Amino acid sequence: MSSSHTGRRSSRAVLHWVAVHSLGVAAALFFVLPFVFLLLTSLMGDRQALTRDLWPDTWEWGNYAKVWHTPGFLTWWRNTLLYAGLGTLLTVVSSVPVAYALAKFRFRGRRLALLLVIAMMMLPPQVVVIPMYLFWAKQLDLSGTLWPLIIPMAFGDAFSIFLLRQFLLTIPDEYLDAARVDGCGELRTLLRVVLPMAKPGIAAVALFQFFCAWNDYFGPQIYASDNPAAWTLSYGLESFKGAHHTNWNLTMAATVLVMAPVIVLFFFAQKAFVEGVTLTGVKG
Amino acid sequence: MTGAHPLRSKRRRSALRTAAFLSPWLIGFAVFFVYPLLSTLYFSFTRYDGFRQPAFNGLDNWSYVLTDYPLFWPAMRNTLWLVLVMVTCRVAFGLGIGLLITKIKTATGVFRTLFYLPYLAPPVAATLAFVFLLNPGTGPVNTLLDAVGLPTPGWFTDADWSKPALTALALWGVGDLMVIFMAALLDVPKEQYEAAELDGAGAWARFRHITLPNISPIIMFAVVTGVIQAMQYYAQPLVAGKVAAGVIGGSGQQFEPGYPDKSTLTLPQLVYNLGFQRFDYGTACVVALVLFALSMAFTALLMRRRGGLIGAGE
Repeated sequence: MSSSHTGRRSSRAVLHWVAVHSLGVAAALFFVLPFVFLLLTSLMGDRQALTRDLWPDTWEWGNYAKVWHTPGFLTWWRNTLLYAGLGTLLTVVSSVPVAYALAKFRFRGRRLALLLVIAMMMLPPQVVVIPMYLFWAKQLDLSGTLWPLIIPMAFGDAFSIFLLRQFLLTIPDEYLDAARVDGCGELRTLLRVVLPMAKPGIAAVALFQFFCAWNDYFGPQIYASDNPAAWTLSYGLESFKGAHHTNWNLTMAATVLVMAPVIVLFFFAQKAFVEGVTLTGVKG
Repeated sequence: MTGAHPLRSKRRRSALRTAAFLSPWLIGFAVFFVYPLLSTLYFSFTRYDGFRQPAFNGLDNWSYVLTDYPLFWPAMRNTLWLVLVMVTCRVAFGLGIGLLITKIKTATGVFRTLFYLPYLAPPVAATLAFVFLLNPGTGPVNTLLDAVGLPTPGWFTDADWSKPALTALALWGVGDLMVIFMAALLDVPKEQYEAAELDGAGAWARFRHITLPNISPIIMFAVVTGVIQAMQYYAQPLVAGKVAAGVIGGSGQQFEPGYPDKSTLTLPQLVYNLGFQRFDYGTACVVALVLFALSMAFTALLMRRRGGLIGAGE
């Protein structure tokens, strides 16, 4: 009796295992197949890419070289790296002290300051784009460059401040008090004690900011669309499609080349990514 | 004097220190939030093309946008559709994938990576890929649907299917929600499940009475942030519409946005269309303010929740 009971239980467990894993494989196909089709098409010849074929007749690895040598493509890379790299650096340097003050200082208006950070974080960029455009383009004559997108990052980014603050809350006050007792000023405490402990949070913020700039389409469209020498990958990719509107194979190869750095970086920094996403939602 | 009031001078020093630490953001807030917001409000009551001085014209822009501008209500309806349908689908699907990943016991890391990766794909690249995949004549998705005898919709070229196609794209990038749901699900105390199981509660009852109440703050978070993303939804519908219509990208291109038949038009696109293609900054600012009112209403909802976004340490 008891053995048949455990038998039934274990067969139910097996069924459950099979059901869960088939569902898992089905979901995995949904997430993976687009990448597979993308890659396969990027390796087809020009004519085959216009057919319904799913599998390349000949493997045209040269497509990637063609895309790479398209006029402008390397400029877009350089611009994107400048925008994402310098922007990320400026964001981290300017957001860390703000997040530290919001997480660890006691002052009047702290709650209000935090509410305003969140309000700024939720503000769609389109709400303020017209005065900002007029300010950068007409008053400072910086249209056709990426500076209107990079310079503001030196003044703290609301999302990064919020995320860093959430992270800094998890650092116990005792460490800070110990440093203060030893005679450290706040800046020294921040640099010597807090920063080393906040590395995972900073890494998460830096990655988010980097990809935000990497993926940005609206900003470069507003400020750089008139000057192809200032285009970024995201913006250039869309016009690449326009210029090669029948060449799906080349367009898909370009798409792969724009996605690749993000995915490569993910494999090096998986933990920081997941940490960042988790911080936004869970450690409220 | 400082000697006479050591406490006050200490307080002043600490206030100065706080201000110094906050200063990057204080400047940023004034220059990139308060100033442009007030300007947007001012411009919304003026006729302004960026060259001649803004001329006050009262509520003309507002009445034009709300009653005469043929693109406003379609864009509003699309934005609300995305808020209702796309956000609901994304949260439900994210929760489903989050549940699934907590149940998978083999190669969990591989599955998790596969589910997460599309979230990282740059939006323009992902949109291009989906327009290609869902291409009615030659795309692999319709080829597969055709092979198993299912209907093959026009997706991005059919006004009834373009928003569902965008929703499919949004579901593909659900990895962020999967991660936060997974973390929340793993945080639900095991004892509660064990106790319920002893009481004979089935899987659905356990989900309904234990899982859902425990993760409801995260569901709320996912809904509100999803709504705010839907308000800002820009690159994907614009690129999908342009590419499906065969419009060549690049500078100075005039095109009727929202292909097909205004079905991919969103409010942020109107700001661009009015401001940067028609150089009618005054009216563009009206749409910007509508967007502002909507997004702040949802933000208020998010922040009202006790212990919500602000949470620990308050």
